Amino acid sequence: MRRKAQATGVDMRLGPRPGEIIDRSRGLTFTWDGDTYPAYRGDTITSALAAAGVRVMSRSFKYHRPRGVMTTSYLDPGCLVQVGDEPNVRASHRMVEPGMSARPQNAWPSLRYDVKSANGALAPFLSAGFYYKTFMRPKRLWPAYERVLRGFSPGGAVSPEAAHDYYDKRYAHPDVVVAGGGPAGMAAAVAAAAAGAAVMLVEGEPELGGHLRWGAAPELAALGDLRRAVAATGGIEVLTDSVVTGRYDGNWVAVVQRSAPGVVERLIKARAGVLVAAPGLIERPYVFSGNDIPGVMLSTGARRLINLWAVKPGERAVVLTANSSGDAAVCDLADAGVDVLKIVDARSGEDVVRAKGGRTLRAVECADGTTVECDLLVTAVGWTAPTSLLNMAGDRPVYNERAARFFPGGGHDDVLATGGIAGDGSLEQLIDHGSAVGRAAARRAHEVSATTEIPSLPVEAHPALFKARTHGFVDFSEDVSSKELEEAVAEGYDSIELAKRYTTATMGPAQGKLESVNAVAVVAAATGATIAATGTTVWRPPYSPVTLGALAGRSFEPVRYSPMQPWHEAHGAKPLVAGQWIRPDHYGDPAAEVRSVRSGVGLIDVTPLGKFDLRGPDVPKLLNQLYINKWSKLALGSVRYGVMCAEDGVVLDDGVTGRLGDDHYLMTATSSGAETVWEWIESWLQTEHPEWRVHVARVTSDFASINIAGPRARDLLSLVVDDVALGPEEFPYMRVRSGSIAGIDGSFMWRIGFTGELSYEIHVPASYGLGVWETLLERGADLGVKPFGVEAQRILRLEKGHLIVGQDTDGLTRAYGAGLDWAVKLDKEDFAGKPELGWQEGRDDFLRLVGLRPLEGTAVPAEGSQIVEAGIIVGRITSSRMSPTLGRSICMGFVAPHLAEPGSAISIVAPDGSRVPAVVTPQLAQVDPKGERLHG
Amino acid sequence: MILIPCPHCGERNVSEFQYVGEALTRPNPDGVDPEQWRSYLYLRSNPAGPTVESWFHRAGCRRYLKVERDTVTNEVTSVTLPGRGGPQP
Repeated sequence: MRRKAQATGVDMRLGPRPGEIIDRSRGLTFTWDGDTYPAYRGDTITSALAAAGVRVMSRSFKYHRPRGVMTTSYLDPGCLVQVGDEPNVRASHRMVEPGMSARPQNAWPSLRYDVKSANGALAPFLSAGFYYKTFMRPKRLWPAYERVLRGFSPGGAVSPEAAHDYYDKRYAHPDVVVAGGGPAGMAAAVAAAAAGAAVMLVEGEPELGGHLRWGAAPELAALGDLRRAVAATGGIEVLTDSVVTGRYDGNWVAVVQRSAPGVVERLIKARAGVLVAAPGLIERPYVFSGNDIPGVMLSTGARRLINLWAVKPGERAVVLTANSSGDAAVCDLADAGVDVLKIVDARSGEDVVRAKGGRTLRAVECADGTTVECDLLVTAVGWTAPTSLLNMAGDRPVYNERAARFFPGGGHDDVLATGGIAGDGSLEQLIDHGSAVGRAAARRAHEVSATTEIPSLPVEAHPALFKARTHGFVDFSEDVSSKELEEAVAEGYDSIELAKRYTTATMGPAQGKLESVNAVAVVAAATGATIAATGTTVWRPPYSPVTLGALAGRSFEPVRYSPMQPWHEAHGAKPLVAGQWIRPDHYGDPAAEVRSVRSGVGLIDVTPLGKFDLRGPDVPKLLNQLYINKWSKLALGSVRYGVMCAEDGVVLDDGVTGRLGDDHYLMTATSSGAETVWEWIESWLQTEHPEWRVHVARVTSDFASINIAGPRARDLLSLVVDDVALGPEEFPYMRVRSGSIAGIDGSFMWRIGFTGELSYEIHVPASYGLGVWETLLERGADLGVKPFGVEAQRILRLEKGHLIVGQDTDGLTRAYGAGLDWAVKLDKEDFAGKPELGWQEGRDDFLRLVGLRPLEGTAVPAEGSQIVEAGIIVGRITSSRMSPTLGRSICMGFVAPHLAEPGSAISIVAPDGSRVPAVVTPQLAQVDPKGERLHG
Repeated sequence: MILIPCPHCGERNVSEFQYVGEALTRPNPDGVDPEQWRSYLYLRSNPAGPTVESWFHRAGCRRYLKVERDTVTNEVTSVTLPGRGGPQP
């Protein structure tokens, strides 16, 4: 059944080919730019379009020139399209699917009439560094330039509504990873597996075979044999449509599996014993005027189109050939019914000068003076060895003049090369080489021998052909011509690395695989150096572009909830993300929550508080080392507030530590600092004082923690505690008691006061947390107990003038600056940060943390607002809130020392530029500065 | 990704570890002058070649380890438990 595309009325599909990969029994349709096209299962987007005679697949990056198929492979630079929500799809690689909607993505308003192709007419102005030179001045127009230039940038559209698909991640430990499933790669995999190695064979195309797939009968026969051998050999995992994107230290190999069932993509992190690089050779385009016109193709591109997809690439052809691939293309074209009008044999000095045409090729002008009217020009001028994976192992490619291409430098025990990048030779020689490399890889992976001999492949002579006598495109993805590269050299960018960055040649989606060697050759010619001396740019990971989804994979970031979370959720808590923890920010009205704490009693879930169980005779030594204040005489049953500084004297964390037994202490750290403090403790114990007998256990999640705060806190606690005397004399401020809470043994409570109210922090075994929380609310109903969230706690502590490390201090705040003078005990033998604090004590050149009262009580200057004096920044607001207790705004902030005295008038600049006058308060605390509520 | 042979856990991916920094000796805080102390805080030799570093096996045994590593080749030549080396500032 022949099916003609209605949109074009053209049918270029050939009769059945022996190696075709389309399934003619399974026809389907898809849309391109709104029109419906027929295709077969196995077609790529561009093979289906080419079968319908479509020539223009995209508009180019800078000049919006029409572009079509050139390589018919993943690298095809003119074939990036939008498929549904997905931008930058490689249309010469992606298979069509029924109903698929593909669109061109760099054309406006349409592919046929592209307004911006005016760029082409302006080409003389778009020279090397055009954007750098043109859009420099005046500087005030930068934002305008940016808006315009962004409109010109290529790439498809990412939909904000696009589904967040599932990307997978897997770890693997193969003995041997073979990157490339051509004849040498398949042979290597079979030989390695036969030698007992676990092998992962990775192929970028949808099936194994490499260049054998588009070969003639003998190649197809060999392909069948090799595929059967792979299938028959145990121990080979074959991954097709997958790519080894990088090789890292320790043969850590990244593999992206593109069409794994059930997931969009899967990133495999493989720790390979030996990596075998067998990527084959990539055919190099030729540089000449018009080398990008649709209808100019590489010999491999034309052969693939004919032999894999049974598509006739044109009607009348000229072939420029310098090698057997070009010669084979001549045979394939003739076989496909293409009229081969002229064979330009570069081996005998013939050449092409320019291609002519617009949206399609019309004629080729040859060096012998003839001009041939044709719609297809096939070039076969040489090969590029994609040595990327070897480069990533430190290899530096070496230019071989005889073969006119780069070769691996060699010399790695755990990264080996085979196939075309290692040399030439007959198919039999390549397969033998692959087998030898596979055997060596298996032996090295099993550490049998690192010095297995590997035979070398012959190197065949090939003419050095890079550029005709006209200028043409070197980088098709970035629209960089040989003329621009020459200009770049003339302007002084005369090393390949500089010229590359200045012109962006080799920096586009093909990542240098098509254009790198031509760029080197053009720069070499312009500088008068040899290609060998000019060298090549370094190929870095990834080998092939990787989606962000594949890199991100599924998330392994844990989310932590307290045991009381079900209650919070059921009672309308607004969640607050605090590091890994999700906490209730408030339950609807934080100001009301503040008032209920100040007037009655409130409960807050403080489970995320870092908690450490410290045991051993040397705990006091540890505490003295970690905290800036003194800990030697902490009595049994007592609690003390402590501040930690890092070795630079900067405030690191704060919290309270209580003594539960002779050698048993419980330390708390801030919720956000808990991990840091744990590592800090271990660091001191393991590296500086391994002789101290202290054991540390993190018990943060072992206990559910609740702060009961307010004048009626004692009344509430007494309803659930029987075995501990709670009277103000029996259980005074800064004491700890253990006992049973709501019938739960193994609980303890301490009397502290972050909120400034009478308050008890209770810690109960975590599994009882929800029950105790509900019991407190139930039994305390008559007392009017209400839950409060983090926001109310922040207001309460700000009213009380208690700082929050990280909010009211930053990475430069040393203890004296945070108003912690009273805590610093420089007479201690040692503590972390002691020398810096000793030096700070004698100075007067640092900002001080003070309380601030805006004169206008309704003004709440945003946190981070600057404090300014005579146009100079002299401080900033660290915390600011409306105080429900005082009915006016309150702040804490840093001010220069000359403004730190109580009563100093300061001026705050709000983000909108308005000024908020304020005065420094006598203390940090603006509610109950004497602490009568706390001690009640 | 380099492998670090942890004396407790065996060869593990470096992503399990936290790089602490060059192994340092903490000066005696009594009598130290600002120059000595700040060189302990901030100055690192950053050699191209063999160096001794402190690593923390965060996702493993949670031990601080003294690792001898060549920064050019990433070859790890020795991993031991630290004696007195000083916590990192």
